[in-house]
This record gives sequence, structure tokens and C-alpha cells, in this order.
Amino acid sequence: MVPVECYFVLSALLFFIGVYGFVTRRNLIAMLISVELVLNAVDINFAAINRLLYPNGMEGMFMTLFVIGVAAAESAVAIAIIINVYRNFKSDKVDAITNMKG
Amino acid sequence: MANIFMFCILAIVILGSALLCVTTKRIMRAATFMLFVLFGVAGIYFLLDYTFLGAAQISVYAGGVTMIYVFAIQLVSKQTLQGMVEKIKASRIIGNGLVVLASIIVVCLILVKTGFVTNFDAVADAEISMKEIGYALVGSEKYQYVLPFEFISLFLLACIIGGLVVARKEEKE
Amino acid sequence: MKMQHKTAGLIGTCSLGLVTILSYWTAFEYFTADRVNGIYQTIVPYNFTWLPLGNLHFDMGILLDPISVMMLIVISTVSLMVHIYSFGYMHGEKGFQRYYAFLSLFTMSMLGLVLATNIFQMYMFWELVGVSSYLLIGFYYPLKPAIAASKKAFIVTRFADMFFLIGILTFGYFTDSFSFSFAGDIVMGQGTTPFIEGNMAKAVTAGAFIIPTALTLMFIGGAGKSAMFPLHIWLPDAMEGPTPVSALIHAATMVVAGVFQIARMFPLWIEYAPQAMSIVVWVGVFTAFYAAAVACAQSDIKRVLAFSTISQIAFMMVALGVSLPGHHGAVLDDHAQLGYMAGMFHLFTHAMFKACLFLGAGCIIHAVHSNEMEKMGQLRNRLPITHWTFLISCLAIAGIPFFSGFSSKDEIITACMEYSPVVGYIMTGIAAMTAFYMFRLYYGIFWGTPCKENEHHEMHEPVVMWLPLVVLSVITVGVGVYTTLAGFLGWGGSFGSFVSASGQDYTIHFDTKVAATSTIIAILSICLATYIYKGEKQPIADRLYKTFPKLHRAAYKRFYQDEIWQYVTHRIIFRCVSTPIAWFDRHIVDGTFNFMAWGANEGGESLRSWQSGDVRQYAVWFITGSVALTLILLAL
Repeated sequence: MVPVECYFVLSALLFFIGVYGFVTRRNLIAMLISVELVLNAVDINFAAINRLLYPNGMEGMFMTLFVIGVAAAESAVAIAIIINVYRNFKSDKVDAITNMKG
Repeated sequence: MANIFMFCILAIVILGSALLCVTTKRIMRAATFMLFVLFGVAGIYFLLDYTFLGAAQISVYAGGVTMIYVFAIQLVSKQTLQGMVEKIKASRIIGNGLVVLASIIVVCLILVKTGFVTNFDAVADAEISMKEIGYALVGSEKYQYVLPFEFISLFLLACIIGGLVVARKEEKE
Repeated sequence: MKMQHKTAGLIGTCSLGLVTILSYWTAFEYFTADRVNGIYQTIVPYNFTWLPLGNLHFDMGILLDPISVMMLIVISTVSLMVHIYSFGYMHGEKGFQRYYAFLSLFTMSMLGLVLATNIFQMYMFWELVGVSSYLLIGFYYPLKPAIAASKKAFIVTRFADMFFLIGILTFGYFTDSFSFSFAGDIVMGQGTTPFIEGNMAKAVTAGAFIIPTALTLMFIGGAGKSAMFPLHIWLPDAMEGPTPVSALIHAATMVVAGVFQIARMFPLWIEYAPQAMSIVVWVGVFTAFYAAAVACAQSDIKRVLAFSTISQIAFMMVALGVSLPGHHGAVLDDHAQLGYMAGMFHLFTHAMFKACLFLGAGCIIHAVHSNEMEKMGQLRNRLPITHWTFLISCLAIAGIPFFSGFSSKDEIITACMEYSPVVGYIMTGIAAMTAFYMFRLYYGIFWGTPCKENEHHEMHEPVVMWLPLVVLSVITVGVGVYTTLAGFLGWGGSFGSFVSASGQDYTIHFDTKVAATSTIIAILSICLATYIYKGEKQPIADRLYKTFPKLHRAAYKRFYQDEIWQYVTHRIIFRCVSTPIAWFDRHIVDGTFNFMAWGANEGGESLRSWQSGDVRQYAVWFITGSVALTLILLAL
């Protein structure tokens, strides 16, 4: 069986690749895509812990299930917002939104 | 043995696609690479004997969410699709890369140093049956998930309505 | 809507009339009450602790003892006369109501000063008196000279009061008390004059020079208020105020506050600082001489009277200063008695006749519309009442028998002779000069060369203006006659039976030799003045002027005292002390705060870039922070 640390390292790497993408990309949709990567990393973590450390329970699986659902909903709302932003700022770059700039 | 082998393949797929996803300049390619990542993660679930979860991942995530992203890209990134690419400053890449690298090292150290006691021998290599999942989803005993289930249905409704409200076209008076 | 002039005047005058009646009643009750051991008891009807500060405490209260009751009479009488007089003098002036308000303020402050139970209360009212003086001198504030004069008065007296305050604090620190003793039991000698009661022994063990130093510092404060040399510079300029103000404040009451202060602390001076009294004596002698010399050359009648006031107050100071510690065991015996009593008596009589002189001068100025003697002359037929009252007061100040000034001045000179014949002869000489310049003034106004412009002026004396003059002259003559006869015939019941250093009856006996000498010298001076100044032309005066032009000029310019003070303040204090301090304040003190503000500003500006509105940057910092926090938590 695969040692549990491997799953953790994999999920950690995926997580931070997502974070890197989030802070580097200027395109709003690309940032969202990176966030999806992060969420998936977390899902892997949940599932692995459940299966390999606590196989009697099902908590991890259900949490993963719900995270999938919530992630979908959140993507929908985020895209709605981005469409609104695109209409108002005429740009899909995150630099365009500078209203909060001090 | 086979597990490890599958795992390595899947890991390479996931990580490679993820890296390409965040470094590519073209947004459609990013979406495509994300699709591959999602497939990889579904594979991981299958490896862990979570067939329902894997199925849900493919149908919801890979099918639904990726479609949403593709639609969004079409709607929003007109200039990007036409080949105009974004330039990323080198200093940014290096700076962020360093931060991320440091963080990875810290986190991995923690994870590896912690002594996790694996317990996978307790249950046989069998998947969880659909019946059990069903009972758990709508049951109200301890360790059963009717409340989050109902909540998430409401939540999805709210998100749908919210998304519609936010994204509708302003009526010109 | 301002009050009507008449209403304001009536309110002021009637309340002051009430005060006068109450003062006389108090005096009557006090002096006819029973004496204990032949001494008037010190009565404290009212005293409360106002500000307790550990060991020390400031009280406020009322203290009645012979000198304070005497001062009550003086202040209320002169103030009432001035109130009545001002109805006529200030008639039609703008600010009439303000004038009466300030007069009441002044009277209140002066009364509070003399009734103080506590040196700090005295100091507080001292300052109030200074403020009232400032307000009244600067009454004609649209005029620049008035403003300059009021500022000068206030600043000079304030400067002197700094020393007073240091003296008070020194005293309080070493003796743990500010209150005048009125415990009734006698502490030293046989005096009942209250003085600052306190732990004298503690002060003496701390250092024998402490009490004399404190007392001398307090004397410097008094010297400022009483216009002793060199702090006298404000008094001649204070004549810019209205004449009744000059009569009240700068002749009769405020300027004697310094004398009163020494009288109040008299037992302390005698017991602990007899050597320091010589400072008082010599300052007084020099001031008297200087003021008399300057007064001989002034042409403004109010200035002459101002310098005369300075000179007379110096007489009072000398009188107090020549009181010697006794030789017969008791500290306060005949020698000390004489100086003290003479000083107080001269205060009383001087207040009366000097106020009369000033009010008379006010009548003259009111009629002639000018202060200068050139504009006057041959006024004796046109202002008869003023003429006679002025003459009576001049005779009093010159020291002619049967006028009050004779008794008081004579006794001062007697006391000086006992102290040291040198001082006695000097004071006699100054008395002669006093007679000379007063009669120079008298002849210059009422005889001498008439001024052409006055022929067409109509001059009249309203009732409200000559009535106070008459009252004051009557007092002068009455007191004079009584005390002259009492002194020669040995009657009791004169001033000494009321006010004396030991509290017991002190009958005045005139030393015939001194009395005769001073009278003859006074008469000689008057004859000299008559000879020089009486006629229509003054050839001798003109010849003297031509022979000694520089001396005359120096005397006219008051021997350049003002210029010296200006030099000291501008060149030395302003340039060498104030400017560096101002530089320090502007650059270093302000600079520190400006620098802090600049630093805060710059810090804020540099932090501004953190609020970039860039979500990605926020995320980076978030991740960095979380990882750092994890590391810290791991390390701990």
C-alpha cells in the first residue's frame, strides 16, 4: 500500500502549485482555476486520511463530497462576479480593479 | 505494488498538469490542464477505493465546473483568446516562487516528520457500498449527514439565485 | 445695553459709602473694646483653610488688628472721596461704568490685602491690586502712552512680585507655615502685631541667614509696589491714568502696600533680621533724596506729585527701618515703638493730604485742560476752594505745626536721629527739599505768570469735586491741630494710643529740639520758594536754569533711569537671554514635535504601498505570514 505520507506530499505540492498560480496570474479566470487546484488538493488530503488512518468512519468521504458541491457553487458565483467586473471595468485583469488602492 | 505504480503515474499526471496549468500563457490551455488535473484526482479516489467519490468528481467537477470555466473564458477573455498573452514580470515569478518553495518545504517537513500510524489493515480492500452512503446521507443518527445534505441543497439554491442576480444584464430604463 | 452713567456711579458710591460706614463702625468697636494687658486683641472673625497642601495650607480670612483697622479707615475714606469726586471729574467720559467697576475692584482688593490672615492671601490680593492698577492706568486705552504706562506698571511690579513669591516660598519651606499668628498668646516681646507664625526654630537651625533672606526678598516685592529706587520707574508714568485714580491708587493706598507688608511682619524683622533693616533704611533714604531732586525740576504737576509720593513713601520705609531692637530686655520698647508708630502715622496723614493734593490737581487739570505748569498761573482767584485746600495740604506736607504732616514727619525725623544722626540730618534736608518743591508747585499754579489762553476759559468747581477736597483738608487740619497740641502738652489719645508696635499705649512726646529744627527749616524753604517763584516773572529761576542747564536737564529726565532700564532690558535681557531661549523653543522643542509629525507622516506614506488593492499581493503576505506563524509555533 502506498504510505500515507506520499498522499500528503502530493496534496501539499498541488496546494502550493495552486497558490503560486493564484499569486502570479493576472487573469481573473486563471486565478480561479488555481483556486480549484487548491480545493482539489484539500480533497485528496481528506480522502487519504479517511481511508488510511481512520478506515472505520466515513467522515472524510462526505466532507470531500460536500467540498466538491460547494466548490461548484462557489465557481458559479465567482464567475458571475467576474462577468460583472468585466462589464464595469472592461478588463479581465485583476490589475484593473484598483478602487481599494490606498 | 500495483498501487504504488498507479500512484506514481497519477502523481506525475497531476503535478505535471498543474505546473503547466499555472505557467501557461494561454487561458484555454490552462482550462484544459485543469481538466487533466481533475481526472487525475478522480483516479486517486478510485485508487483509494472511493468509487462514488470518483464518479462524483468526474461528473460534477470535470464535467460541470470545467464547462463553466470554458463558458466564462469565452464570455470574458476576448482579447486573450485572440492570442494576446499576458506578460508576467520576472521579479514576480521569482519572488512568488521563492515564497511558495519555502512554504512547501515547511509543510512537507511537518507532514513527514509527524508520525502517522497507518491503519489500513483494519478494513478489507473493499469499496463502500452505495447503500451505506445513501443511508448516511439522509439519516439523522450520529455520524449521519442529513443536516449538511439539506443545507447544501439550500446553499446551492442560494448560489444559483445569487449568481443569476449578480450576472444579469442591467435593464436600460 | 450699558448701564446709565449715573446708575453705575451711584451703585459704586453707595456701596462704598456702606463700606465706609462699616469700617468706621468696626474701628469704633475695635478701639473701644477692652484691652488685655493693655494690648488690643487681634480678632479673627473668619478664617478657613482654602488649599491644604500637606504641612502648609493657604487660608482665607479676615484679621483685625490695629494696623489693619487703621488701613480700613484710610482706604474706605479715600476711596469714598474719590468715588464722589469722580462723578464730576469723569462726567461725560466714555467708559464711565467701566471706571466705577474697576474702582470697586481695586477697593475690594486693597481691603482684602490689609485684612489677610495669611501671607498667601496677601499675595493674592497684592496681585489683584496690581491688576486693578493696570486696568485703571490703561483706562484711556485708545491712547498709546496710557497703554505703555499700564504695561510698564504691571511688568515692573510683577517683576518685583517674583521676589516676593520666592521670599514667601522660602519662608514657608523652612517654617512650615504661611499664616499670621493670631493665637492670642504672645510669642515674642510684647507685640501683638501678627506676623507669620511658624516653626522659627527650625528655620534658624537650618541657617541663620534664611529668615533675613526671605524677609529681604519679600521687601523687594514690597519695594516694587511702593516705588522704591530702582523700581520706581512705573509710578511717574502711571500718571497717564485719570487723576482720581492717581489719587486713590498711586498716592494713598496701593503704593503703601509695601510699607504695610513690612509693618505686618515687623516682629520678625526686629527679632530675626535687624541687620537687614539697614537695607530698608538706605534704600529709603536714597529714594527719598532722588525723588525730591527730580521733583524740583518737573513741569507736569502730576509728575511732581508722583515724585513727591515716592519721596514720602521712602520716609515711611525709613521710619520702619530705623526701629532698633530694644536695649532693655523686651524686644519692642521705646526705640522700636517710635519708628513703627511714626511710619504708620505718616501713612495715615500722607494718604489724606496727598489724596487732597491729587484731587485738587484734578480740579485744576479739569479747568485748564492741561497738566503743564506753563498753562497755569494766577489761578487763585478763579479756583478759590481748590486754592485753599491745596495750600492746606502743601503746608501739611511741608511740616508746619498745626497741620498733620508736622506730627508724623517730626516723629520720623526723631526716630532717625536716634538711629543715627547722619540719617537724621539727611532726612531733615530732604524734608526741606520737600517743602521747597511743593511750594514751587503751589506758586507755579496759583501765583506766578498767568497763561494767556486761560483768560477766556470759564473755570468752575462742581460741588462733587470740591466737597471731597474740603473733607480731606478738614481731616488734615483736625488731626494736625490735635496731635500738635497733644504732642506739646502731653495729651494722650493720639495716634500712638491706637497703633503701636507693642500694642500698648504710646504717647507721643515731641523732642523740642527736633521739632524746632524741622519747623524752622521748613519755613526757610518756603520762604526760598516764595522768593524765587511767587512773582509774576521768575528771574532767579531763569538764571539758575541758564547756569546749570545740564543738571536741570538730567533732573528733568529723572536722571535717565528709564533709559538705563530700557538698555538693560533690551540689550542685555532680550538679546542675551531671551533670544537664545526663543531659538531653543522654536527649533528644539518645536523641532522635536515637527520631527515626530514628519516621521509619522513618512511612515504612513511608506506603509501606503501595502494597500495596493492587489489581491495577489495580499495572498502572498497571507501565505508568508501563515508559514512564519507555523514556524514560530513549532519553535516554541
